[in-house]
Amino acid sequence: MRFWHPMPWTARFGAVVIGLYALLAIFAPWIAPYGEAEILGGAFELWGGDHLLGTDNLGRDLLSRLIWGARNTIGIALATTLLSFALGAILGMAAAANTGLIDQVLSRLVDVLMAVPSLLLTLLALSVFGPGVLNLILIIALLDSTRVYRLARATTMNVIVLDYVEAARLRGEGMVSILWREVLPNISAPLIAEFGLRFCFVFLTISALSFLGLGLPPPTADWGAMVKENAALITFGDITPLLPALAIALLTVAVNFVVDHLLHLASGLKE
Amino acid sequence: MTDLLLDIRNLQVATRLGAPILRGIDLSLHRGEVMGLIGESGAGKSTLGLAAMGYVQEGCRINGGAVHFDGQDLLALPEKQRRLFRGARIAYVAQSAAASFNPAWRLIDQFTEAPRLHGHARRAESEADAHDLYGRMGLPDPADFGLRFPHQVSGGQLQRAMTAMAMACRPDLIVFDEPTTALDVTTQIEVLAAIRSVVRDLNSAALYITHDLAVVAQMADRIKVLRHGEEVEEAPTGRLISAPQKEYTRSLWAVRNLTRPARPKPAETNHPALRLKGVTASYGRKMAVLRDVSIDFAAGRTIAVVGESGSGKSTTARAITGLLKPLSGDIELRGRALPAALRDRTKAELRSIQMIYQMADTALNPRQTLREIIGRPAAFYGGLRGAALDARVRELLAAIELEPGQFIDRRPGELSGGQKQRVGIARALAADPEFIICDEVTSALDQLVAEGILKLLMRLQEQTGVTYMFITHDLSTVRAIADSVVVMQKGAVVDQGSRDHIFQQSTHPYTRRLLDSVPETDTDWLTRTLAQRGRG
Repeated sequence: MRFWHPMPWTARFGAVVIGLYALLAIFAPWIAPYGEAEILGGAFELWGGDHLLGTDNLGRDLLSRLIWGARNTIGIALATTLLSFALGAILGMAAAANTGLIDQVLSRLVDVLMAVPSLLLTLLALSVFGPGVLNLILIIALLDSTRVYRLARATTMNVIVLDYVEAARLRGEGMVSILWREVLPNISAPLIAEFGLRFCFVFLTISALSFLGLGLPPPTADWGAMVKENAALITFGDITPLLPALAIALLTVAVNFVVDHLLHLASGLKE
Repeated sequence: MTDLLLDIRNLQVATRLGAPILRGIDLSLHRGEVMGLIGESGAGKSTLGLAAMGYVQEGCRINGGAVHFDGQDLLALPEKQRRLFRGARIAYVAQSAAASFNPAWRLIDQFTEAPRLHGHARRAESEADAHDLYGRMGLPDPADFGLRFPHQVSGGQLQRAMTAMAMACRPDLIVFDEPTTALDVTTQIEVLAAIRSVVRDLNSAALYITHDLAVVAQMADRIKVLRHGEEVEEAPTGRLISAPQKEYTRSLWAVRNLTRPARPKPAETNHPALRLKGVTASYGRKMAVLRDVSIDFAAGRTIAVVGESGSGKSTTARAITGLLKPLSGDIELRGRALPAALRDRTKAELRSIQMIYQMADTALNPRQTLREIIGRPAAFYGGLRGAALDARVRELLAAIELEPGQFIDRRPGELSGGQKQRVGIARALAADPEFIICDEVTSALDQLVAEGILKLLMRLQEQTGVTYMFITHDLSTVRAIADSVVVMQKGAVVDQGSRDHIFQQSTHPYTRRLLDSVPETDTDWLTRTLAQRGRG
């Protein structure tokens, strides 16, 4: 198969890591030794015994919460990224295809959204609409889609002036068909690269919001909030609070390895 | 100092992956001698030209042989010393002058850079020299010409400025790499004349690389024919033209003599396939780019539209396809009025007019297979599906002489330039059109490949009765396939008639000038033509 055969070790490593995370996320209820919000013992118990990685500030099993956290954080990040790409790519391509009023309105709107720091806007929107999983996904997806919009619009504009697109127009093809058949396959490489980056950024944004206390509402486990909850342990030289951070870092690296490889494939370069 | 200036022995160059580009070439050039290098693309002409400067392109490497310049082995010298030769004793003139000048600097600043770097002259001396050389190159207003930026002069002037710059250090050897290929014929003749006179006056030796036989015949004392990185033959220009020894060289000559027999005019009663009546068009609110253009395209014939770049040839095509809505005038398809705008046309009308593009690279979607590219019009207009579609695509591939089983699932990246252009033809044919616009379809191709495309187009016309509008600036192509000729200048039709009438009897001054500018494979052509113009 083309995906596996000439794959460099970095991409293999990334794919394996992502696969493991996905398994953890999907089968969390069966893999995790304890429940997500179960209080089982004293706060901050040490590693070993019944609790492999000890317990957190409220006496919940840390390993279990790490596994449940994968489910929550990854699921939300994936949904958000997909939504922002659907929104940004469709609008960006549409704007490039209909230069005129649609392009002007959409592009200026995007300029306005991008002019304000996105974390600030996110905080503002969350405090207006209230924190919650759905609001979180919608708000971050909308803000992130601005960058996807710009990329999709710029790359589409480069492709849409080429002769094969003109040939399709002369044939009488509709705009949707032209964008789908002639343009999209030719802008997929930069979009895939952007997808990897955006996924990581969304992930970090959610973690940052959780750390600030505006992420997923407790007692839901997510990695950003877990760092915050157990931050006090750092002062005692205990590395436990760094574990969720490590989980974030590892996934980010793995995703980028795989995206690099996909990009290589999509760019059509041989070696 | 010996008389032998450049001596290349058994030179072998290959890509880093091992594909050979030059397979053991010998070349010797004496002082003041001009050697022409000709051959199709991929023959290794440019690689040989660069190797004469001790240089190879990124991704390539010299595997063997020696390049002696004035007694010194360039390949044995360290890079730092080799660089002292370049620009000072060996100069290079590239095909695209526009891409070779730095757009942010004035021409004079770029001229004086090399002499100052090599310590040949101070700024003021070098500037005075520039004025002299600009004058010799026939550039307007030599004293102030250098103050312009590259975008402020025309393509032909830029190419001459580039040659002047190459002369700045009075090099012993100049390598010209297709210096006139990108120019119109009327501009080309001026540049050729300027290059020839300067090279003779200053007694430089030159390597002149081109794929155009007629051009090299004017410039070179000797010609070397290359193919697939090997020498085919080398001889003094006169003998190579009058008595080529090798089959391949003869085939290069034969292409230029391809001529379609004149055909009787079709009966007047039939509607022309397409008729333009007083079409005027402009881009935006600017000056008109088409002025009162009226052309009848007789059904089943090939009508060549010729003229320099900017004459409105392609704009006429855009008006016909509906991409550019004319301000006034009518377009009729088989006697019925055709809506001016693309979106007002019916599917049947769109189907009857198809287009083949100049650059096959951008005309085919690199992500689609030939099955999708050729199959789409058949499915879109003809509603073909499944097995019927597959059969139609295979039939079309066979018609363009590509083995269906081998090619149907390839993508454009896996085809040669000529094969891509054939696919472009098949895509147009798949719609089953009445009228095909061929926009410079052979100008990006080598002569032999172009000949194959022209023969294919003629055969398809005999089979299907399709009408061609053949846009080109190459008059030997016109002679090869056109039934009639339309001459355009500055957005207007200035002359039209049957091919033989235009070529033999036209008295229109612009048509004559255009025809006279086409180089002929006759070593005296340039001298003769310049002399005639001088008198006239």
